[in-house]
Amino acid sequence: MARAATTTDAFNAVAEPRRREILAILAEGERTVTELVDALGLVQPLVSKHLRVLREVGLVSVREEGRRRVYSMDGRPLKAVHDWVKGFEQTWNRRFDLLDGVLEELKTEEEGNEDRE
Amino acid sequence: MRIENRTAKVTTPSDTQILMTREFNAPKHLVFKAWTTPELIKCWWSGGRGEVTVAEVDLRVGGTWRYVIASEHGEVGFNGEYLEIVPNERIVNTEIYEQAPEGTKPADNFVTFTETDGRGKIELLMECHSKEVRDAVLASGMEEGLQDSWDAMDRVAQSLK
Repeated sequence: MARAATTTDAFNAVAEPRRREILAILAEGERTVTELVDALGLVQPLVSKHLRVLREVGLVSVREEGRRRVYSMDGRPLKAVHDWVKGFEQTWNRRFDLLDGVLEELKTEEEGNEDRE
Repeated sequence: MRIENRTAKVTTPSDTQILMTREFNAPKHLVFKAWTTPELIKCWWSGGRGEVTVAEVDLRVGGTWRYVIASEHGEVGFNGEYLEIVPNERIVNTEIYEQAPEGTKPADNFVTFTETDGRGKIELLMECHSKEVRDAVLASGMEEGLQDSWDAMDRVAQSLK
């Protein structure tokens, strides 16, 4: 089974709690690295590393503002994460549709028993 | 006769939870029966994707359960222990996916059976204890089969090294 050795999609990117924290902060508005470092209480190299991962999967974008770099969030790649919920939903809907059939049979059985009593 | 609300509603109340609700056109004691009887579980639990080859249910506190589905993707097994049982009302059980990475904590399932006007309803709350496991459970619904979600989890583990 081939494995991606690096973080290649939104699912992997948001699997790390600190990266989710960064996204939660950026969801409120854009921030510079300094502001993120202060908010997270982490050392700057670590924050920069997380930001690089988030940028690679398109969850975060950066723009230059004079000498500052300003980071902002783009939630679109999270749609994939949301879609998994849909997949889980489909699995259970298939199960429950079959369960409906089982229940119809049980009801028929029960009515038959009542008729005999 | 078609009835309304026959789709499962899935929500994620917290980072570690999945909540699912579904109504049925049958009283709750029959829903409970279909949920807990091995030969009935075999009729629905695969969702039509493969065959339930094992459905073991030792329905008592401290008893265990185990389901296996065989499909073109191979065999996948789940098992757990019953922590609480109130017939026709409530089941609390643990659930672990047998191919999950070593050290994965089993999820806790809180299953509640209610009834309104003769119509039963299931509420299933899965407490996965970590967002990674919760996301993997959600990912397990993907068409490519259950294995993929744990491959994804492997990639997560790789990425965190």
